[in-house]
Amino acid sequence: MADSIALRATAVAKAHPRARSEPAFARWALTGTALSFLGLFLILPLGVVFAEAFKKGIGAYLMAISQPEALAAVRLTLLVAALAVPLNLVFGVAASWAIAKFDFHGKNVLITIIDLPFAVSPVISGMIFVLLFGSQGLIGPWLAAHDLKVIFAGPGIVLTTVFVTFPFAARELIPLMQAQGSEEEEAALSLGASGWQTFLRITLPNIKWGLLYGAILANARAMGEFGAVSVVSGHIRGVTNTLPLHVEILYNEYNLSAAFAVASLLVLLALVTLVAKRIVEWKSGSELAAGRGESK
Amino acid sequence: MAVVLKRRSILPGFGLAMGFSVLYLSLVVLVPLSTVVLKTATLSWDQFWQTITAPRVLASYQLSFGASFVGALINAFFGLVVAWVLVRYDFPGKRIVDGLVDLPFALPTAVAGIALTAAYSGNGWIGQYLETLGIKAAFTPLGVVIALTFIGLPFVVRTVQPVLQDVDQEVEEAAAILGARRWQTFSRVILPPVLPAVLTGFTLAFSRALGEYGSVVFIAGNMPMRTEITPLLIVTKLEQFDYAGATAIALAMLVASFVLLLLMNLLQWWSRRRYGAL
Repeated sequence: MADSIALRATAVAKAHPRARSEPAFARWALTGTALSFLGLFLILPLGVVFAEAFKKGIGAYLMAISQPEALAAVRLTLLVAALAVPLNLVFGVAASWAIAKFDFHGKNVLITIIDLPFAVSPVISGMIFVLLFGSQGLIGPWLAAHDLKVIFAGPGIVLTTVFVTFPFAARELIPLMQAQGSEEEEAALSLGASGWQTFLRITLPNIKWGLLYGAILANARAMGEFGAVSVVSGHIRGVTNTLPLHVEILYNEYNLSAAFAVASLLVLLALVTLVAKRIVEWKSGSELAAGRGESK
Repeated sequence: MAVVLKRRSILPGFGLAMGFSVLYLSLVVLVPLSTVVLKTATLSWDQFWQTITAPRVLASYQLSFGASFVGALINAFFGLVVAWVLVRYDFPGKRIVDGLVDLPFALPTAVAGIALTAAYSGNGWIGQYLETLGIKAAFTPLGVVIALTFIGLPFVVRTVQPVLQDVDQEVEEAAAILGARRWQTFSRVILPPVLPAVLTGFTLAFSRALGEYGSVVFIAGNMPMRTEITPLLIVTKLEQFDYAGATAIALAMLVASFVLLLLMNLLQWWSRRRYGAL
């Protein structure tokens, strides 16, 4: 009985495709609306960046991105990301090991606190380090007495970047490790492996895609952060300017084609990030998706 | 925090992992954040109140909250359409379009800011057409809305997509067989379970937009009382070394956005109870 109803229902649905979908004009209108919206807000700005960057020809473009100040900004940006991202990866692994493999009180509070930096405005993220290390800051006078510079110098930029990229790795790894459980690790231990062996041979290979995914997202944010870093950097040309800050300076000097030329490097970084992210999603298959589904 | 624990695992390394995590978390996140409260406490209540209710500051709240709300609303509508098209229809280049949706997460905000400004200013690709219609986008509140729409764009799409994928199409067939027109099926069968996800995306986009700085400062023009967002006001105060003033505004902003998020979470909890249990 139930079967025959279901059968008839499918037959009806097949005979009347409108039961499952919209009329053709509605489909076209919706697709058109979606694509125009994305075109207007996503693709067009990308086009603008490259059009403006090459406005004065390829020679001017290459000049702009090979200026000593631009190269210094590239170096600083790479250095900051190279320090901040691994630090947060180590934290992400440690935190997710504790959270996913053990039971303890206050676990949800801990997870919430880990997400906190995402809820704070970039400007406030920079401000708190000024309040801590700046000349009127809590330990500013002590630093000044010992001739140490944190704010308006490299260490402040690195610290701020660590803060704004803090949750990326942990946020990927916690649900992933929770979904995987700890049976495999328990088996390895009972077969005589040491704790570190278990971690290096079992856990790390299991979470490698999640780790890479977190690293890609954190890296994009670390290299592209503007608001937080601009508060602590002091904008010293060639010294404390990261790439986004260098773009701002050029732009404010009305050196537009140079600003967009340097910006185009950051656009390339964004596109590489999106492609790398897709590849990891595809390689890891349902692994990451399963982890994320579990977290909801 | 209570680190007295109920262990159940035979795995080693809890002490090391937990100890390192809590130490690192405290040094990088908790200690720096606590300065907001410590610094505000150096102000008297009167000073604090005067700082956060100065006319220029009030105007900035109005712009920040208003533009974030409008931007999130635009994203709620178009995000639903984009998610629908990506889940239900096929067209060439769909996977590329799907990947591009995350662009605002990957593109540095300063780049987004100058690109949108160039596109929407008077002689820009879009701005010139808006100009002939008598609309000025760059350097007006509308420009702020455009920037905040851009940075919040992925949230609704990404929260709605998985929910739409899970909608059981047999239920739609049943609705059609029972005589519902397609629009009725959409509004009464498909939309209700998707609505809480739209609301989640809206909330995420809204709270992201509230704190946004990089993409807005270029397109806004930053005129006091008119196009000055609250985060910019905080930066201005910091540049004048008025740390206490900057912190007071930051704290006001944090509290206000926290209360708003709480309200929206309540609304979401209500909508989930109302519609989610289908």
